[in-house]
Amino acid sequence: MTDNYQFVDSQVEQPLSMHPKKFAMWLFIVTVVMIFAAFTSAHIVRQASGNWLEYDLPSLFWSTSVVIIVSSGFMHWAYLSAKKNDFVKVRIALSITFVLGLAFLIGQFMAWGQMVDAGVFFVGNPAGSFLYIFTGLHGLHLVAAVIYLLYLLISSFKLKVNSENMLNMEMCSTFWHFLGGLWIYLFIFLLLNH
Amino acid sequence: MATATHIDAHAHDDHDHEHHETFITKYIFSLDHKTIAKQFLITGIIWAIIGAGFSAIFRLQLGFPEADLSWLRPLLGKWIQPEGSLDPQFYLALVTMHGTIMVFFVLTAGLSGTFSNFLIPLQIGARDMASGFMNMLSYWFFFLSSVIMFISLFLETGPASGGWVVYPPLSALPQAMDGSGLGMTLWLVAIVFFIVSSLLGGINYITTIINLRTKGMTFSRLPLTIWSFFLTAVIGVLSFPVLFAAALLLVMDRSFGTSFYLSEIYIGGEALPNVGGSPILYQHLFWFLGHPEVYIVLLPALGITSEIIATNSRKPIFGYKAMIISMLGITVLSFVVWAHHMFVSGLSPFLGSIFMFLTLIIAIPSAVKVFNYLTTLWRGNIVFTPAMLFSIGLVSVFISGGITGIFLGNSAIDIQLHDTYFVVAHFHLVMGAASSFGLLAGVYHWFPKMFGRMLDRKLGYIHFWFTFIGIYAVFFPMHYIGIAGFPRRYYSFTNFDAFSGFTDLNAFISVAAILTFFGQFIFLFNFFYSIFRGKKAPLNPWKSNTLEWTTPRVAGHGNWPGEIPTVYRWPYDYSKPGAEEDFIPQTVPFSETMDSNLPHENDMIAIEKEESASEIVVDGAKGH
Repeated sequence: MTDNYQFVDSQVEQPLSMHPKKFAMWLFIVTVVMIFAAFTSAHIVRQASGNWLEYDLPSLFWSTSVVIIVSSGFMHWAYLSAKKNDFVKVRIALSITFVLGLAFLIGQFMAWGQMVDAGVFFVGNPAGSFLYIFTGLHGLHLVAAVIYLLYLLISSFKLKVNSENMLNMEMCSTFWHFLGGLWIYLFIFLLLNH
Repeated sequence: MATATHIDAHAHDDHDHEHHETFITKYIFSLDHKTIAKQFLITGIIWAIIGAGFSAIFRLQLGFPEADLSWLRPLLGKWIQPEGSLDPQFYLALVTMHGTIMVFFVLTAGLSGTFSNFLIPLQIGARDMASGFMNMLSYWFFFLSSVIMFISLFLETGPASGGWVVYPPLSALPQAMDGSGLGMTLWLVAIVFFIVSSLLGGINYITTIINLRTKGMTFSRLPLTIWSFFLTAVIGVLSFPVLFAAALLLVMDRSFGTSFYLSEIYIGGEALPNVGGSPILYQHLFWFLGHPEVYIVLLPALGITSEIIATNSRKPIFGYKAMIISMLGITVLSFVVWAHHMFVSGLSPFLGSIFMFLTLIIAIPSAVKVFNYLTTLWRGNIVFTPAMLFSIGLVSVFISGGITGIFLGNSAIDIQLHDTYFVVAHFHLVMGAASSFGLLAGVYHWFPKMFGRMLDRKLGYIHFWFTFIGIYAVFFPMHYIGIAGFPRRYYSFTNFDAFSGFTDLNAFISVAAILTFFGQFIFLFNFFYSIFRGKKAPLNPWKSNTLEWTTPRVAGHGNWPGEIPTVYRWPYDYSKPGAEEDFIPQTVPFSETMDSNLPHENDMIAIEKEESASEIVVDGAKGH
């Protein structure tokens, strides 16, 4: 005999003022950080043991990096507009972010093409394989973020994104900025270590 | 306190709920943390039978290499060779699957999954986990992973058989051995789902503990169980992604032809195309999870033990803060000792000495914990419940297994003892037996809360002595075999002159192991019989202080009818001088225990009053 109780809890002062979902999101970010920490340390350890292929990074990475930084700017604009309940601007900003996200993904894919043209394949010396793993896994996370963004965009058209209802907006923008930052980290890492 | 709005919804109308809760939502796709915990427990028990059963089979081979095993043919089929001996390939598969099942499916999912799920909301005073849905997903990913691993047992080429650590190149090349084929692929798929399940669970546990504690439940009033589950989850969230990274690269090597772990390999005289990889890289990545995994398995057992020993000694836990600090120390250190598994991998001796130093430091927090258990027991009014016996047993095997850890942590000694039965004996005592004892202690202690009924006490005692003596009979002699140099994972020693001795000792270990295995069926009978037929449990059978014992005998979804209790004190006020009874639950305010309060606790009364006054104001505001 299990029953559903009716809950009559008085407002409990939460020990942490962050929403549980948002907190869980931060923990998820920690796990992603750990995956990439593992990969980049594996890269360093492997590189130090020699037999390492030297190659030039695809030039497209410079453009995609600019794209992802600019998209973060628009994401923040969407966030600020949502706070002010400026719905038109929210939609415009989110749409631009969405398009820039797609552009970034396409750019990363084309960068793989540049790698192939330069004769650095996924199969071969681990130096090249690592780059594909970095960009591929980062890209997969960005696909997830783009889907989340699309969901947010649709709810913004239903006026569900406003100053009273910022949870998804905040979570999505946190994740977006994180993935942008993660790419910049990976890019700088590759510039210094490739 | 806001009792004015108290509504007791569950009292009458049971029929009403049957419309909302079908069998499926209640027992299968349940969002209730208590049901999910039981799902984890029962799945873990099934895996434990399989995993321990495997060890019984390979112990037969090790103890009686000449024996005719054809009577096992109905169970194992063609894995018993025509002349009646065990297939050597299958022996390797048994060893591998025993390790995998026990480490991941029983002692990680079965232990953390059960008790973190069950106790976190109940002991911190929450209705449920932060996200019930994520919690359900966590179980079902575990279930999916279990199904895949289970299927791999029945493949024609056998399950993965390169050891539970699945080192490349053995695991990376499908042609290396039978078990490196489809069995290994399924192993990797299962482990990826297992990692997803662990991360979903871990993220949920941390969020719940930080966000959903009831009023007054500060971190310094948390039971040590919760502290241990919290730190376990932190370790899991930080280390499982690294295993994921290692597994992903292994999958790439196996299936897509990359060379992360492979280099210059010849098979049958023919060169493989892979160049430039390093199998040592895998070992680094694997053990970065692998070592913290030891503490993922152990810490919950230590937390459960702290709680049970304090309750049944009728004494406050000795060194509450020292316990927390040593668990924190273990958590931090667990991440910087992984290379002590790799002393013989060609690691630079200088690095080896650093890892040796860091490894030996772990002895300090571990010793602090043991010391605190013993001093808690010292001069207590000990109540020997089965749970208490298993907890004391845990302290015993933790000491005897921990001491050999000091040997193995020394890189110079490890070169001699590496990959011998000494290592097997060491980690089975300190990690395997200790964690299993914690798991069993937890089941005996919280069974009344899980199922509303008591486990049979006498059967519990028989089970304990059987297990306790059995464990020592198995693993104590094993140290000698290890010092004699017997390497682990060998199918048979009869072909080597160097290992012609000790056959009687190996036979003794096998008999002890198989008897201990059958001893566990006493527990299984007790467990399943008592779920349905056990004596009905009183509300607080062990006279314990923690919040879970303030819930109804069989708590519904939401745990407390009416309001969640408020917490006023730490959970270890046992045998407080001046108190009427020898325990004061966490829900009793200091203002009601004037006779037993310490001076600083009297000061707390004023704060309690202020808080409840402000609450009434809030309630009044709501009324308007």
